[in-house]
Amino acid sequence: MNKERRPNGAAFAIALGLAALGALLIWQGLAIPDKGGYAGIGSGAAPKAIGGGLIVLALCHVWTGLRSSSLPHPHQNWAAIGWIVTGLLLQLFLLKPLGFTIASALLFACTARAMGYKKLQIALPVGLVLAFVVYGVFDGLLKLNLPAGFVENLIYRG
Amino acid sequence: MEAFGFLLQGLATAMDPMLLLYALLGVTLGTMVGVLPGIGPALTVALLLPVTYGLDPAGSLIMFAGIYYGGMYGGSTTSILLNTPGESASIVTAIEGNKMALAGRGGPALATAAIGSFVAGLLATLALAFIAPSVVKLALIFGPREYFALMMLAFVTVSAAFGDSAMKGLTSLFIGLALALVGIDGLTGQTRLAFGMPQLLDGIEVTTLAVAMFAVGEALFVAARIEGADVKVHAIKGAVRMTATDWSRSWKAWLRGTAIGFPIGAMPAGGADIASFLSYGAEKRLTKYPAEFGHGAIEGVAGPEAANNAAAAGTLVPLLTLGLPTTATAAIMLAGFQQFGLQPGPLLFVTAPTLVWGLIASLLIANVMLLVLNLPLIRIWIKLLMIPRHWLYAGILLFATLGTIGVNPSPVELVQLTIFGLMGYGMRLLNYPIAPVVVGLILGPMAEQQLRRALSIAQGDWTTLVATPLSAGLLAVAALALIVPMLMRARGRGAVLSQVAADED
Repeated sequence: MNKERRPNGAAFAIALGLAALGALLIWQGLAIPDKGGYAGIGSGAAPKAIGGGLIVLALCHVWTGLRSSSLPHPHQNWAAIGWIVTGLLLQLFLLKPLGFTIASALLFACTARAMGYKKLQIALPVGLVLAFVVYGVFDGLLKLNLPAGFVENLIYRG
Repeated sequence: MEAFGFLLQGLATAMDPMLLLYALLGVTLGTMVGVLPGIGPALTVALLLPVTYGLDPAGSLIMFAGIYYGGMYGGSTTSILLNTPGESASIVTAIEGNKMALAGRGGPALATAAIGSFVAGLLATLALAFIAPSVVKLALIFGPREYFALMMLAFVTVSAAFGDSAMKGLTSLFIGLALALVGIDGLTGQTRLAFGMPQLLDGIEVTTLAVAMFAVGEALFVAARIEGADVKVHAIKGAVRMTATDWSRSWKAWLRGTAIGFPIGAMPAGGADIASFLSYGAEKRLTKYPAEFGHGAIEGVAGPEAANNAAAAGTLVPLLTLGLPTTATAAIMLAGFQQFGLQPGPLLFVTAPTLVWGLIASLLIANVMLLVLNLPLIRIWIKLLMIPRHWLYAGILLFATLGTIGVNPSPVELVQLTIFGLMGYGMRLLNYPIAPVVVGLILGPMAEQQLRRALSIAQGDWTTLVATPLSAGLLAVAALALIVPMLMRARGRGAVLSQVAADED
């Protein structure tokens, strides 16, 4: 929390990110053989132009970062962020093997946990019921194609 | 009066019982989701887009229009009854509406918001119907260079003209433009920035990006705020109706709000937030009760709320007639059209007139339905505000992923959802606007194509871009909209601009 000793680190970090993205675009733009045709510019022009814009914006960030000091950011609850990202990743990896209902119930419970609700034994069943109903409504009535697992196959198609 | 005939035809189309049912379903869902705290119109539309995937184009678009208007109505209820710090700073309705609710006048505040939204929605939708054919005729003489100039103007107004920093707005815009490059170039078929991943050939989905940045980003932002600011819902005492004084103070404000909101929405001059801010300023200057402003003046709810809805209808003018989305909400709606292979624009009025006019007519019908849903039934919606935060956001994330999974259950899409969600969180934390990313993603490729077409026609001569008075004028306005606010900020007059920051739509 040494705010005084960090003159707007965020601006420099963003500048670095923007410059990297800009460089990537210019590199990719240059890699495209430019057959300008009648327009004089081809597929590679836009990546180069936008990449250039990003690098200019990166320089702007460096400039403002040097002139201003860091704004005091409210302390962030990183554990909460970890819970939500974990939930999203669990859903991503378990969607195919276990089906929509179970994977989404896990995301539901993890998000509730991130928001400060610690009773997993309640959040998980609530999530299961909700995801199950949502599956029924969207896959059955609204013809969305959601990945089925053994729960869905057992009850809706059994 | 050709518009009148078309509108009647449209009404006949929209009166089909099945389509009426879709409209009712749309407004109900839209209100329901729009009422939830932390969900603005853009997210409402993005979250509910998947609901319409299985339907036929007419039913889906009509339901979608209902969702759009319903989300606008629902949002005003939230801002009147909740004082959500950090979120509703840009929602002007909250300034006076919340004060009224605190003083036990939540009923009249909700009533003037609902009736004002109805009046504005009705007038603005009629204005849309009557203006659209003329704009379509105008649009037919537009060439690529005029479209390109219009898009430049839209880029500037959405990113740099308002908000507290042009640099931040432009950064958001350029991130959107960079993401837009991923996939196959529409003119030459050249693959760009896909890095050998076939899942990226189709580019990045607008709905995936919007849902990730608005829903996942917002959930992360709320979860990470430790001092969980307990949000208090104000009970409405008394009936949701207005006294004679309320009426006489409200009606002029509604009309003024409509007159301010519709043109702002119809021109690419920024979203509904800007309209409601200007309307609030106008009411504050014209009121006979200046002492009440800041303490719950009813004009301060009536005007901005009307302006808000009129602007929402106004944004449909460039969207339907030119295919030009000027707000994040409109960008997501355009994605909704494109899922059926429909490209809004002048041609759509010729190739699918029943659809377009049915859509416009069903907006009128949705508006009437919403008045009924929001006056007598308002207490049901208010119950939704009582949902505990952990269930609310858990449910939001479930729905957010549902849309992505339903359209394309590939891990690549879900990884994008997580990455863009984290990006949305970071941008919220550091005060970077989100709307420009979404608009940049959808307008970027369109602008590039128009530019390259214009240059092809002129055989590579760049002066063609300013060769007609119209395109030169539009580009000049765009340049002014970029430079003037920068000078204002440099001279320390930026406070006004940052208040007008278009937060979400």
